[in-house]
Amino acid sequence: MWWSFALPLVFAQLAASAAGGPALFDPVASVVMHRRCLNCHQADAPRQTDRGVRHAQRVVRGTGGANPRDGGHGAPTLQCQACHQTTNTAEGRVPGVAHWSLAPRSMTWEGLSKAQICQQLKDPARNGNRTTAHEMIEHMRVDPLVLWAWNPGANRTTPPLDHASFVKALDAWAAAGMPCPQDKTP
Amino acid sequence: MIKLLINGKARALDVPDDMPLLYALRDILGLTGTKFGCGMALCGACTIHVDGQPVRSCVMPVSAAAGKRLTTIEAVGATPAGKRAQDAWLELQVAQCGYCQSGQIMAAAALLAHTPQPTDEEIDAAMSGNICRCGTYPRIRAAIKRAAGKP
Repeated sequence: MWWSFALPLVFAQLAASAAGGPALFDPVASVVMHRRCLNCHQADAPRQTDRGVRHAQRVVRGTGGANPRDGGHGAPTLQCQACHQTTNTAEGRVPGVAHWSLAPRSMTWEGLSKAQICQQLKDPARNGNRTTAHEMIEHMRVDPLVLWAWNPGANRTTPPLDHASFVKALDAWAAAGMPCPQDKTP
Repeated sequence: MIKLLINGKARALDVPDDMPLLYALRDILGLTGTKFGCGMALCGACTIHVDGQPVRSCVMPVSAAAGKRLTTIEAVGATPAGKRAQDAWLELQVAQCGYCQSGQIMAAAALLAHTPQPTDEEIDAAMSGNICRCGTYPRIRAAIKRAAGKP
């Protein structure tokens, strides 16, 4: 009978969809939702440490930097670079990398669910105007601020995946069409 | 040799690239008006201007300052905003122990140069990184307003 062959195929497809569908976003989420990534993907002010406490000295997103409308570099005369150099300093205690800053306000992740962040990564209006999966992954692959997270110094924690595995997970998710989980309806 | 332009004067220093700029200022050049507080960019006592922007000189490698225009508390009074800030500081007798005050004035001078009439919110955002353990904050705010010509 035809169904004796077709039925296992249906089950196989369902199984593939579970393992290869939205679940492909899980390893990506484990990184982008790591506390240290969220600390700089904030609306109004940076956070710090594994507890996500408000940044010392009540540093603000501000209107400093090249784009006063979105800011992200602190107050005009208290910019991130007042303290954050191009490398870690003070024996690693003051973190530093080229262009230390907040993510654009539109890329705020704090308070969002895994499903919401997944959708956000695909939306050029909220992912830094990256219109293709390749562009979005490129940010994760080469941006010095992103890479700093894997080499933060001073015994800071790092994301749960190493960087190569993270990029591999991103590629697999993109190859599957960037499927996203759904939020459970209450 | 690292070439610096400090308070309008060219200086060449034979120091390690990663020496904190603060050490070069204080220990090599004798510009001791800039203070060492925490050494971790947390207190603001070591604030100087680099190309007009306040920077924590305790964490800036001296090599990163090469070719940039540096201003310290010794020369900020030659700028209009710095002069206004220093005059207001004296009029209102802001300082108590005084240790943090050169950093406070450098931060205030940069604020006033960028925003001649700052609001309370702008003062807070600009000055929040400069700590005063004597608690002179009300006088610091009043002096910035005085320097801005505000009542």
